[in-house]
Amino acid sequence: MNVEVTPLPGIGVRKDFATRNGRRIGVVTHRDGQIELIVSKSDDPDACLASLPLTADEAGALANLLGAPQLVAQLTEEHREVPGINTKQLPIKSNSPFDGRTLGDTAMRTRTGVSVVAVMRAGQVHPSPTPDFTFTAGDVLVAVGTSEGLEGALKILKNG
Amino acid sequence: MDHTALSLIELGAVFFGLGVLGRLAGKIGLSPIPLYLLGGLAFGQGGLIPLGDIGSFTHLASEIGVVLLLLLLGLEYSAAELFTGLKRSWSAGLLDIVLNAAPGVAVALLLGWGMIGAIVMGGVTYISSSGIIAKVLGDLGRLGNRETPVILSILVFEDLAMALYLPILTALLGGVSFLGGLEAVGISLLVITVVLVIALRYGRYVSAIVDSDDREVFLLKVLGAALLVAGLASAMQVSAAVGAFLLGIAISGSTAHNATRLLEPLRDLFAAVFFVVFGLNTNPAAIPPVLGWAVLLAVLTTLTKIATGWWAARRQSVGKLGRARAGAALVARGEFSIVIAGLAVSAGAVVDELAALATAYVLLMAILGPIAARVVEPLARGFQRRRGHGHEPATSSAG
Repeated sequence: MNVEVTPLPGIGVRKDFATRNGRRIGVVTHRDGQIELIVSKSDDPDACLASLPLTADEAGALANLLGAPQLVAQLTEEHREVPGINTKQLPIKSNSPFDGRTLGDTAMRTRTGVSVVAVMRAGQVHPSPTPDFTFTAGDVLVAVGTSEGLEGALKILKNG
Repeated sequence: MDHTALSLIELGAVFFGLGVLGRLAGKIGLSPIPLYLLGGLAFGQGGLIPLGDIGSFTHLASEIGVVLLLLLLGLEYSAAELFTGLKRSWSAGLLDIVLNAAPGVAVALLLGWGMIGAIVMGGVTYISSSGIIAKVLGDLGRLGNRETPVILSILVFEDLAMALYLPILTALLGGVSFLGGLEAVGISLLVITVVLVIALRYGRYVSAIVDSDDREVFLLKVLGAALLVAGLASAMQVSAAVGAFLLGIAISGSTAHNATRLLEPLRDLFAAVFFVVFGLNTNPAAIPPVLGWAVLLAVLTTLTKIATGWWAARRQSVGKLGRARAGAALVARGEFSIVIAGLAVSAGAVVDELAALATAYVLLMAILGPIAARVVEPLARGFQRRRGHGHEPATSSAG
């Protein structure tokens, strides 16, 4: 993907790319760190339909929404040859008992046989988290295991 | 009442009044600059109440206002941004100078204000207000637009042109000879080059000198350095404002961001005083005779700025609507036109009508600019449709 980086003197940097249907999508990063999501108009590709200011949390959440399914799809594709193995995204919700606790605390592998292969946080992928990886609300765990195991893992994250 | 009490009351009334005006401007979505000017015009010479007791304070405060305006302008840009801006926009920048200085120069010559008057008025009509324009672009959500970098790089070019223009103007206003003027140009070119090189190579050292984790220490060091450099530059005939601008460029990275955040309220305060003082020193009675010229200049330079933006955006292969937006966005004139006129007036080298014309012109352009930027899109779309481009999809409802 060809991401165009354009400096905006005095304001920040614009990074965008053209989609297949000719629209531009990207972000304007202000120098004070503020992020704006931009989407170009369909009838006037030079102008923007929206330029939405996002907080760091919102940008992270959006990146997770966009990035996690892609990662999961990729892993599912890789595991297709292995029968009985699935990949699933497991969210850490704000009321989860593991908000602020570590992966080790969940004892996920011992209890369900499920492996957490990555954690998506604020648009970043943290691959192969160690047992001392501390979760916060908004994290999305990418887990691999059997269907029953994944069901169990989801319950553990919800109820402890 | 003793003198101090009276001064405090007057100063308090002025600041409070400016606050009310600023809020009013925010409510109607305008730049506060024209309202500050009007406020200044209402008081002062020939106005309602002369503010005698705070004259010495407001004089110094308005000088500090100019220094801070230019310092923060310099802080906006890194030297690298200036260079890339210059490379991208030099041809559009030159067209900008020729098209937009010409109306001011012509009117000044027609009115018989001489060469110096012509150079001053050329500067007044040339320089767009980067403050107003950056704010309007943000407000209208056009930062992601494809024509926006074109607009910004023209602004960068203008600001660099100011760094060259101001010292020449100061030298001319000081009444130096042609040779002296050349010398001033040579010195300022040399100083600007040296500062840009220092800023590019050793900017972090300059930043390290003024930087501090303690807000109070940092504020004092930045402000102190700015006034010191401005004063020294002024003593060397290079214009205090340019000294501050160059210091701003030399300070880079996170130090520059912190300094901007810290100094912004101070700049707003002192710059407001600067506009008021300029208005105070202008006799409102002098405006009606030059109003016709101001309107003529406003119309002419609106068209020339639109032409500049159109041409510059077309070179970056932006579509027609985007070209119209780029042109209209550049229309606003503001703080720097007044800085130029203020320099000329305080040097006493130009006729009084010049201040009146500059005031009237900036009043018009500071109001017209944001309006032009807003209405250009519906106007251009309507124009396109009438020209028989009916097959284009109508304005999308979400836009």
